[in-house]
Amino acid sequence: MKVIVDQNKCVASGQCVLATPEVFDQREEDGIVVLLTETPPEHLADDVRQAAALCPAQAIWVEEQEKKE
Amino acid sequence: MKRIVIIGASAAGLTAAETLRRRGWSGDLTLIGEEPHPPYDRPPLSKQILTGAWKPERATLRSLPDLARLEADLRLGQRATALDVEGRQVRLDNGESIGFDALIIATGVAPRRLPDSDLAGVHVLRTLDDALALRAALLTGTRVVVVGAGFLGTEVAAAARTMGLTVTVVEPEPVPVRRPFGDRIGELVAELHRDHGTRLRCGIPVRRLRGAGGRVTGVELGDGTTLPADVVVLALGSTPATRWLTGSGLRLGDGVVCDALCRAAPGIYAAGDVASWHNPHFGTRMRLEHRLNATEQAMAAAGNLLGDATPFAPVPYFWTDQYDTRIQAYGIFPPDADMRIVHGDPVDGYFAAAYGHHGRVVGILGWNTPRQVRTLRRLVVERASWTAFTVTPALRPATVN
Repeated sequence: MKVIVDQNKCVASGQCVLATPEVFDQREEDGIVVLLTETPPEHLADDVRQAAALCPAQAIWVEEQEKKE
Repeated sequence: MKRIVIIGASAAGLTAAETLRRRGWSGDLTLIGEEPHPPYDRPPLSKQILTGAWKPERATLRSLPDLARLEADLRLGQRATALDVEGRQVRLDNGESIGFDALIIATGVAPRRLPDSDLAGVHVLRTLDDALALRAALLTGTRVVVVGAGFLGTEVAAAARTMGLTVTVVEPEPVPVRRPFGDRIGELVAELHRDHGTRLRCGIPVRRLRGAGGRVTGVELGDGTTLPADVVVLALGSTPATRWLTGSGLRLGDGVVCDALCRAAPGIYAAGDVASWHNPHFGTRMRLEHRLNATEQAMAAAGNLLGDATPFAPVPYFWTDQYDTRIQAYGIFPPDADMRIVHGDPVDGYFAAAYGHHGRVVGILGWNTPRQVRTLRRLVVERASWTAFTVTPALRPATVN
């Protein structure tokens, strides 16, 4: 999967960090989302989807990629 | 079970639909929304949409392809008018009846109004159309009176002030946002508005709207004085949109009365602003008009509909943006709670405060401190002891990040 964040939409709620601290962080000065990795490992995929669904600013997108056989 | 019907196509209704699909529900799914617009987000309405920083499309929650992927019968511009619990049917305003095996109610709230609210120049703000109409009025108006200094009223005032209008906020309580946050935070919010040139008339009720020739001309206060205005915004709070459920047999109190599973009756659930439920984390019944709750509760209700049987026990989160200040809050803020600043200092423009009630930390408020409130949230989750917490002189910087 590929993760995309929109820092201009982000409202610094930190819900993504609560859901998946391995993938998301917040900027020190204003709490705006920082993406730690664009392509998280498979075992975090569900947590990332949950982070995207929970984001109260809808500032996270997940692009699901076809699995390579 | 063949068909699940969701009434309400805003954040909660949409999330419920998405959760059902994500969780593997492959049967019929009907999503019915009263507004003609595809699902959109409400928090930007009183902020970026009002000031014009965002075009309305930016508040849209899902692209049309994403909506299509839901494989739901999405009916926009249709309103539910009655529910037959026994017969498992919902009646719509076009006369049609739709049968269901399970139902999720997410009809939200409707803004309170005053007598003479139909005068031209008087606005409420709940829908995208409301926001666009108010924006148009602010672009040509000069003097705005906002009635009510809760979150919506203070956000609208900040937006109008940013647009350069003369803004007065009227509030019967002695300070703004007093009910959620108490006197001290309320005074800081009042200061914030005064610093930006917004006038506040707190501690005084509104007697009536004044108008001439069908247009509003001002707001008459309890002391007999009148604030002249060409735009009046009513931000008086909301009432749950449950009138269509009258006589259905569902219990209606402050919203649709649900149990801890967000269940109103067998196979019938409610989520979002309209739902009143028992939150076991705080041991109290609540109804929340917060953006995150719409998502979380819709997920919980949809999961329980599919058989989770998991009580919905969230630590509520909400926020408000006013001028360049962001206030964020976790938990609950009872009027008789104790409050203590635990990080930073109000004079510096950033701080975090903790609220204690019956010996436990029940709420955390942050004023321009997003990372700190996220860390301090743990105290509410763990029901930390208020006394043990308050004997610590102050949180060391290392305790918060």
